[in-house]
Amino acid sequence: MTYLLQQVLNALQLGSIYALIALGYTMVYGILTMINFAHGDLFMVGAFFCFLAATFLHLPFVPTLLIAMIGVALLGVLIERFAYKPLRQAPRVSAIITALGVGIFLENFTLVFAPYPQHVPTLIKNTTWVVGGVSISSLQLIIIALSLVLMAFLDFIVRKTMVGMAMRAISWDKAIVPLMGIPLNLVISATFALGTSLGGAAGVMYALAFPVIDPYMGILIGWKAFIAAVVGGIGNIRGAMIGGFILGGVEILVAAFLPSTYRDFVAFTLLLVLLIFRPYGILGKPRPQKV
Amino acid sequence: MSNNNILLSIQDLTISYGNIKAVKGISFEVNEGEIVTLIGANGAGKSSTLRGISGLVSYRGVISFRGQDLKSISADKIVAKGIAQVPEGRGIFGNLTVLENLKLATWSRKDKQEIRKDYQRVFDIFPRLSERQGQLGGTLSGGEQQMLAVGRALMSRGTMMLLDEPSMGLAPVLVREIFSVLKEINQSGTTILLVEQNANMALQVASRGYVLETGVISHTGTGHELLGDPRVKEAYLGG
Repeated sequence: MTYLLQQVLNALQLGSIYALIALGYTMVYGILTMINFAHGDLFMVGAFFCFLAATFLHLPFVPTLLIAMIGVALLGVLIERFAYKPLRQAPRVSAIITALGVGIFLENFTLVFAPYPQHVPTLIKNTTWVVGGVSISSLQLIIIALSLVLMAFLDFIVRKTMVGMAMRAISWDKAIVPLMGIPLNLVISATFALGTSLGGAAGVMYALAFPVIDPYMGILIGWKAFIAAVVGGIGNIRGAMIGGFILGGVEILVAAFLPSTYRDFVAFTLLLVLLIFRPYGILGKPRPQKV
Repeated sequence: MSNNNILLSIQDLTISYGNIKAVKGISFEVNEGEIVTLIGANGAGKSSTLRGISGLVSYRGVISFRGQDLKSISADKIVAKGIAQVPEGRGIFGNLTVLENLKLATWSRKDKQEIRKDYQRVFDIFPRLSERQGQLGGTLSGGEQQMLAVGRALMSRGTMMLLDEPSMGLAPVLVREIFSVLKEINQSGTTILLVEQNANMALQVASRGYVLETGVISHTGTGHELLGDPRVKEAYLGG
């Protein structure tokens, strides 16, 4: 029982990181119906911003986090403006290939400056409490709590603010949005900024939890978060959160009870089975035909 | 006619999609306070004309509103200048509530108190929308969606409203309701440019009309004149 509780805690930590990254995929898909395959690499850039701010500027946790989130958001907005926007009328596959190209660019650009794995300094004093046999670290608590706060913040923006309403409107019918007096490009930029900043925050948290980082760290995690977004129902914000936690949970529990090399195999088999029964994901709905 | 204030003027408007010319050099104007209708069959270029005015498609020629050339102004800024469009097929955001649909149209407005008054005005005109404020746009009936589309255009408080086939897909009783609302809106000071296939209804409410045929204006006159014109009768009013 204690062992299980311990694993649940670990699952929440990993799941919240997946969920944050998955949100970036789902938001961009929601408004542009394209998969931003560079998103995993933006997560990696977030981890490197964390490394730079902590190592060279000697900044504490909060400013480091803000620098990484803002830096990645700016990068995300620039990528959209210069790489994706010119392709908005092009076939979707062109945009997707471009996104893959942007990802490869980010990996290799980082590789120039960081040819070896880098060690991220400790930013959060790691205290561990043992409660009823379950050990809880301060880092774990901060990661879970911060992720939940960021997700609640995003949920609030999307549901309650004018910009969030405009984002949802774009996901329904982009062509009509300018007729409401809404500058389409501004809202698309805002969506990229929000989605990628969460990926940047996830990069920081990941770098603190697993402090050895390299330019290729975003690939596998990016794919996994993308799958989490699909499992939750791509385009659906709450779905991405749920998908992230499900994936984190399944991975940790498989590793807890089976040889850990089975982890990805079993986890993804389960997710594939889930998609057979719910092909649009957990919260995804088939889009009603417009008449 | 010369003492009328020209609100919207279209000169030599040409709109092409690739090699296909949808609008072939038409000119017309809409004076302040009028209801002007563009009638014509499918593919005559009516919707393209509206899309040009709203800045959604690029065009050749000159479109000016209150004497200002609209060519270099983006679609969202054109709304802020006072041109609201009720798009073809209503364009309701089905994943947003009725209230959210209305609220979005106030994006470029800052006058909070006036906005509140405008909600009240929309709900007075369409009590059905008031009852369904929290309901998703996609769950409304066709008629209610059309009301919402008109309500949304009112919320952006344009001095001019463009409507693209508001009668499409609606039962005759609803069409009459929508048209009587349009007349009311016009009487309270909004100039209307109405695109319709339902020529009979449109000409009855319009001060003036233009008949579009494959991208060119073939007839023009007052609503009354066109209703009585045998050529228009034969082609658009079912003999």
